[in-house]
Amino acid sequence: MLSRVLSGDYPRSPILTAALLVILFALALAPFLFPGAQPLNVAAKICVFVLLVASYDLLLGYTGIVSFAHTMFFGIGGYGAAIVLSRLGPSWSALALGIIAAIVVAGTLALLIGLFSLRVRAIFFAMITLAVATAFLVLASQLSGFTGGEDGLNYSVPEILRPSFRLFDAPLFGTVVNGRIITYYIVFFAALAGFLLLLRVVNSPFGSVLQAIRENEFRAEALGYPVVVYRSIASVVSAVMAALAGFLLALWLRYTGPDTTLSFAIMIDVLLMVVIGGMGTLYGAVIGATLMTVAESYLQTILGSLGKLGAGAGIPFVSTLLSADRWLLWLGILFILSVYFFPTGIVGKLRTHWLNRKNKALQKRSGSASNK
Amino acid sequence: MNATVPVLETQDLTIRFGGHVAVNKVTCAFQPGTLTAIVGPNGAGKTTYFNLISGQLAASAGQVLIRGKDVTRLPASARTQRGLGRAFQLTNLFPNLTVFENIRLAVQARAGAGLSLFTLWTDRRDLMHAAGVILERVRLADKRETVAGALPHGDQRKLEIALLIALEPDVFMFDEPTAGMSMDEVPNVLEIIGELKRDASKTILLVEHKLDVVRSLAGRIIVLHNGALVADGEPAEVMASSIVREAYLGQDFEDA
Repeated sequence: MLSRVLSGDYPRSPILTAALLVILFALALAPFLFPGAQPLNVAAKICVFVLLVASYDLLLGYTGIVSFAHTMFFGIGGYGAAIVLSRLGPSWSALALGIIAAIVVAGTLALLIGLFSLRVRAIFFAMITLAVATAFLVLASQLSGFTGGEDGLNYSVPEILRPSFRLFDAPLFGTVVNGRIITYYIVFFAALAGFLLLLRVVNSPFGSVLQAIRENEFRAEALGYPVVVYRSIASVVSAVMAALAGFLLALWLRYTGPDTTLSFAIMIDVLLMVVIGGMGTLYGAVIGATLMTVAESYLQTILGSLGKLGAGAGIPFVSTLLSADRWLLWLGILFILSVYFFPTGIVGKLRTHWLNRKNKALQKRSGSASNK
Repeated sequence: MNATVPVLETQDLTIRFGGHVAVNKVTCAFQPGTLTAIVGPNGAGKTTYFNLISGQLAASAGQVLIRGKDVTRLPASARTQRGLGRAFQLTNLFPNLTVFENIRLAVQARAGAGLSLFTLWTDRRDLMHAAGVILERVRLADKRETVAGALPHGDQRKLEIALLIALEPDVFMFDEPTAGMSMDEVPNVLEIIGELKRDASKTILLVEHKLDVVRSLAGRIIVLHNGALVADGEPAEVMASSIVREAYLGQDFEDA
């Protein structure tokens, strides 16, 4: 049963398994474990980014495609929700229309980009995606009548999802189950389902062809796999999942603008999360997205209080270095260190570590057996 | 099927790289149940001719026909789907995948199962079984879980042949299958090719330098020299012809 859910793809390292279980339970019970708006916000962001990063890893890690247009598809999902909700009002049918429209637009656009440009060399494809994504960003901020321009769109969600809505009269385990918590669980379960679906795709015959293309495109073609078709389908699946992630974020934030979905800062975040977690391992997306989101959300606070301590102790240089404004510097240092020490990402490192230990244990056993 | 239509045919097949004509108007037809050896000195255009047939290179002029149908404009994958199978001279595998996964990918290509997104490949018992059989056949069963890039050279050559067999093509194209192999591994490979040759529906093309190998396997030899086809016929006849002696065989022939 578990094997079917995970598509036979186990974490293959006890430390990784433990970390994944902790993250899963923390996210599943976040509203009850970490009360307050800020922690729930971080938890929802983690869910959205796990899905977004996993869908990007399907391209980068599994198929070997470098695309800079991933946040564009994320944005299509976000604006899909935002535009229907602000135009048609906060109804469920509007939401359904929004998600369908977002999926169709994202899928079609990915297919077109793929068929037209996935036959060129990787570096040119990366540049084409960069150009398309830039054009889309400009379009989104210029068509302000439609997208709200730079200000973005504010909108209301269906009543059940609003903070004022109460599911039960009495608090559950000391927490009032309001519309925000219901929204959180929609985000959580949709992201989980999307992640498990991606896990299935990478362990399907199709997924193994993607890895073959990454390994040796030329030979995959010679075996009879039309590489352009496979790459295009991979980018469609990836784009649809990114749009779903954007849709969930829009539902959660009740606001969509260029900065929340389309900006290149997010694209870079996604890249970092994939690399830190480990390319070509979907579990890496979970680890990378969680670590980065937590770091981005709390590093500032932690640094701020450390900086104040430094200032209090009268050490001027330390307080400057630890000031809350320097959090990006520290994030950068964390990134360099992790790439230096874990080039295959955290998941790759943990798996190799465990494999080596198992092999050593095996050798010891066979060694002692032959000694007798 | 009409017996007079060859399974594979090239008509005036030509490729130019700038001013250099690497393959020059080669016209040749291949019938089922035959093994044709393609010989010629280094740089004669043998591998280039193969690349034109299997679609790794696009022809400058001329045609490639599979069962009479023009495939000159089709990509390599489409030609493979129409029954061409190619093994490469320089080993060309999926280096970070295991031996078993390499073979399974070829079996899966043959079965046309690559586009199923939501089944698990481990659930395709039929494909797993077929891959296991081929693994035994090329004697790599003990290396099943080794990644291809970590295999010794001889085993990589065997895996290369395994991928070709797994495709079950109508036309097998071997490009120096025994190159770089140790002497005790060569008979193994020749045995596999010999087995394929006994199947009267299969066509085999073999680029090979070793004349003893050519003589023991081939029913026909074609000779390429400077990209042109200079001789075509039964081994004894071709090896005796003066043009071939001058062009290529020369002292090799005397030694052999």
